[in-house]
Amino acid sequence: MESIQFRKPETVDEAVKLLQGADGDARILAGGTDLLVQLRAHMIDPGVIVDIKSIAETRELTKNDDGSYTIGAAVAGAEAHERDDITADWPGVIEAWDLIGSTQIQGRASLGGNLCNASPAGDSVPAMVAAGMTANIAGPDGRRTLPVEKITAGPGKTNLKKGEFIVSFNLPAKPSNGGDAYLRLIPRTEMDIAVVGCGAALTLDESGTVTSAKISLGAVAATVLVVEDAAKAIIGTKLEPEAMSALDAACQAACNPIDDKRGTVEYRTKVAGVLGRRVVSIAANRAGKN
Amino acid sequence: MSSENRKYKWVGTRQIRPDGHDKVTGRAKFGSDFSVSGMIHGRVLRSPHAHAVIKSIDTSEAEALNGVKAVITSKDFKDQSSELKAAGEGMINYRDMTRNIMAREKALYDGHAVAAVAATTAEIADAALELIKVDYEVLPHVIDVDEAMKDGAPILHEEMVPSGIEIGGPTNIAKFVEFSLGDTKKGFDEADIIIERSYKTEAVHQGYIEPHAVVASVTEDGQAQIWCCTQGQFQVRAFVAQLLGMPTSSIRVTPSEIGGGFGGKTVVYLEPLATLLSKKSGKPVKMTMTREEVFRASGPTSGGSMTYKIGAKKDGKITAVEGSNKLLAGAFSGAPAGPACMCAVAPYDIKNVYINGYDVVVNRPKVAAYRAPGAPISAFGAESIIDEVAKELGIDPLKIRKLNAAKKGTQAAYGPTFREIGYEETVDIAMGHDHYLAPLGPNQGRGVASGFWFNIGGESSATVNINEDGTAVVISGSPDIGGSRASLALMAAETLGIDYDKVRPIVADTASVGYNFVTGGSRVTFATGLAVVEAAKDAVRQLCERAAKIWEVDAEAVIWDDGHAKPASSNVGDFEPLSLSSLAGQANKTGGPICGHNAQNVQGAGPAFATHICDVEVDPETGNVTVLRYTAIQDVGRAIHPSYVEGQIQGGAAQGIGWALNEEYIYNSKGQLDNPGFLDYRIPVASDLPMIDAVIVEVPNDRHPYGVRGVGEVPIVPPMAAVANAIENATGVRMSALPMSPPRLLAALDQADVKEAAE
Ligand SMILES: Cc1cc2nc3c(=O)[nH]c(=O)nc-3n(C[C@H](O)[C@H](O)[C@H](O)COP(=O)(O)OP(=O)(O)OC[C@H]3O[C@@H](n4cnc5c(N)ncnc54)[C@H](O)[C@@H]3O)c2cc1C
Repeated sequence: MESIQFRKPETVDEAVKLLQGADGDARILAGGTDLLVQLRAHMIDPGVIVDIKSIAETRELTKNDDGSYTIGAAVAGAEAHERDDITADWPGVIEAWDLIGSTQIQGRASLGGNLCNASPAGDSVPAMVAAGMTANIAGPDGRRTLPVEKITAGPGKTNLKKGEFIVSFNLPAKPSNGGDAYLRLIPRTEMDIAVVGCGAALTLDESGTVTSAKISLGAVAATVLVVEDAAKAIIGTKLEPEAMSALDAACQAACNPIDDKRGTVEYRTKVAGVLGRRVVSIAANRAGKN
Repeated sequence: MSSENRKYKWVGTRQIRPDGHDKVTGRAKFGSDFSVSGMIHGRVLRSPHAHAVIKSIDTSEAEALNGVKAVITSKDFKDQSSELKAAGEGMINYRDMTRNIMAREKALYDGHAVAAVAATTAEIADAALELIKVDYEVLPHVIDVDEAMKDGAPILHEEMVPSGIEIGGPTNIAKFVEFSLGDTKKGFDEADIIIERSYKTEAVHQGYIEPHAVVASVTEDGQAQIWCCTQGQFQVRAFVAQLLGMPTSSIRVTPSEIGGGFGGKTVVYLEPLATLLSKKSGKPVKMTMTREEVFRASGPTSGGSMTYKIGAKKDGKITAVEGSNKLLAGAFSGAPAGPACMCAVAPYDIKNVYINGYDVVVNRPKVAAYRAPGAPISAFGAESIIDEVAKELGIDPLKIRKLNAAKKGTQAAYGPTFREIGYEETVDIAMGHDHYLAPLGPNQGRGVASGFWFNIGGESSATVNINEDGTAVVISGSPDIGGSRASLALMAAETLGIDYDKVRPIVADTASVGYNFVTGGSRVTFATGLAVVEAAKDAVRQLCERAAKIWEVDAEAVIWDDGHAKPASSNVGDFEPLSLSSLAGQANKTGGPICGHNAQNVQGAGPAFATHICDVEVDPETGNVTVLRYTAIQDVGRAIHPSYVEGQIQGGAAQGIGWALNEEYIYNSKGQLDNPGFLDYRIPVASDLPMIDAVIVEVPNDRHPYGVRGVGEVPIVPPMAAVANAIENATGVRMSALPMSPPRLLAALDQADVKEAAE
């Protein structure tokens, strides 16, 4: 029943100072769609809440001259979804982000929040990883950049140090012959947590042969997985049935899930292979249409 | 049907419901919206153990906490005897009830209340709960109905003597019931084909959106006011009076608007606690359950374990059915084993039937009513096995149902002979429906199933007051869950001959109208509707008397037609008709206020039958099932307000689809509920369902003035089997256990593949 301090800094430096200076548990507030739920459920008891939405850098979604994007860590899903450029270039990232919650949640849900909440089942995370996104981190020692897959350390845990937070993300320019996709399995059609999530990004050459690929699985291990064997299984192939079976097997082999109320080990593992195949087909299809 | 086919002015029209504006603007007050000044907050301490002896409870530290105004445990409730006492329709065991609202010797399920605190803020009350020391001796527990019936199972109630069956020694079987008709041995001898199968269904929660909530205020002179969300304010009054030893007249219960009940709000949890906390603290006490508490501590409906055996001739005529239904009751007896047995094959004319049922206690919250309690469970078995027989014999599943359909004059296996019923009509309509004839794609399948529910009447009281300006107020005591105020107003308008918008229906508190049994059993539009019609007729009789007085003729010489008093014939005299409003305006001069009354124990509920068609698509690689199309055909007697009839049909079907596909209680190895929230207790969301096409069939109930049958319950009976039958049709795999969730279905599909490969 201790009182909570609420702060709304306007600069990155101010935010870092607040985070660093807090002696109790300090928490970043972006959209709040995880944070407020956890507060209400008495799962967390922060001393300071630092709302980063008044820091301009966290709210901007910019297409850079080289075709890459800088996405503010607190940009809401609905804002990105309305942008024709990013939606056309990276449909997989956008569809993963868009799967988070309902229309109301979309008005708030950010990539920074989805990643730093560090649920193994966060929907946007495998898509971000597959797309090769990196996070721009600000902290007491200045700025650093980490690949998205290096941010989470385990359920509810990140590798961010005291005083650090994510300001924005870099999303590479879309390769001319590239495509990406994300699929998740939930028992319902909405408002559920992924039993398995899978993101893929790949490029094809003229002949339709896969020249590069990155495949990522969510909800099948403590943190998001990059499945290198799955990528290897399809690079140099035209996604013939044998390649697809090898991909399926590689995805299954990478899984290290838990048995819980949301799915058994056996089920999650099997579905990881199925989604791997489906996601790669969609991504290849998108790449082929360029 | 022709003479019944006359047109009504209001009955059968789709008017705006009287509570509609308040509900869409958010003005309507639901249970937890209610507050009074000076109110304090109550919270409940709940057992973390599925089964434990309560050796002692020390509340001293909690009582000493600043801001705490009262603490109660089972010691504050007098014990009750175990004999059954009448309360409205049902027989109530108050010994069980007092133990369910507050654990006494033992905690019997995870979430069982063991103490309650009232404090100036909810936070202080929560902090006080943590200061209460309960010394538990944890006992082995049992969650599953089949396990609970095995020798050596942990026993919940050592002293329990089962009814209807002799079992030497302690048992978890509370009750055994059986029903038989004809001679099943003979029936099976006549059969060309016999199939026997086992089935299992999960306990499921009603899933009402609004959690239980109450404000109770007891004054120094012992008068109690209770405001709560309930399906029966009179039931709350009766239960609180008995549990707290208060005279019924000292308790006044006002029902709030209700955000769903489906049967689950016909019982009490918080009301006696809040009332006692208020009595002890001298302050009004508000209590609201969290969603977690709703799941852990309020009643689901039973889960069941069943076996069914069916015999049929080559032509599809069913010659015999045997069934056994083991239903889990939760921590105290009360599983709907009887209705499960009685409803299983009630849609059919079968000469030889034997069905039995067991009411079995387990370490889960005590079951409460849920739409057609028991019937959906046994129907899942019966309607699945009938589908299998049809397939074996190569007969269309609707044709086999039509061939065996119960009709007027059929004797049901549970005893009565049906009067006018519309089961066969629902099958005929299904057979000709374009849904049934539409083509299916790959991985798609279609299933059908039927269902039966008795419906009930029961005690209803109503008053129709004619106001001085010619408008009317309809006072009933039936909480409005599904649009019943609109239906009552329509019937009153029709009977009085005035416009619908001149009739204002209200739901009164226990002190302002005569006794009404709960809103349940699909009874309100039928039984309270009948009381309202009779009360309106009583008002009409008075209006005719007033006209007779004005015209100075005999009352019998006046008739009521289209809202006017008219001379019965030209012999009476040449009088201008007198309108209701003109008679109302001069009521003070002709004898005073005009108030129609009626109170009765209504008999003659017409049974309801339904036939559903369901199309699914199964993802063979993930086991995900998509319901593509769903049509629910139902005999409703007469649809007073068709939109709300359709709403009931759609709601029941939606809940049944959830029951079929995803809903289940997940207990961990300690018997604690692992999914007490809507995230992991998966009721369908809107995007999971197609628009459910409700097809209304009207075979009027001859014992209601407008032909009403209950409509709210039967639509949840067919869906589980309809979905299972559709999945079988899509995949060739028959699912005999619910829920047919993706992991379970995928496992079954994979197993079938392995079997096929081996053959
Ligand atoms: C009804 C509902 C449905 C949902 N459905 C889904 C779903 O389908 N899929 C899914 O993946 N999630 C879902 N969620 C969870 C949630 O909406 C997402 O995780 C969302 O992306 C969180 O973003 P946010 O901006 O609201 O985060 P917040 O709640 O503001 O923050 C989440 C956590 O991350 C930390 N944080 C936030 N931003 C930063 C930053 N820039 N740097 C460091 N730490 C930071 C916060 O301190 C907090 O611990 C749902 C939530 C609700 C309430």
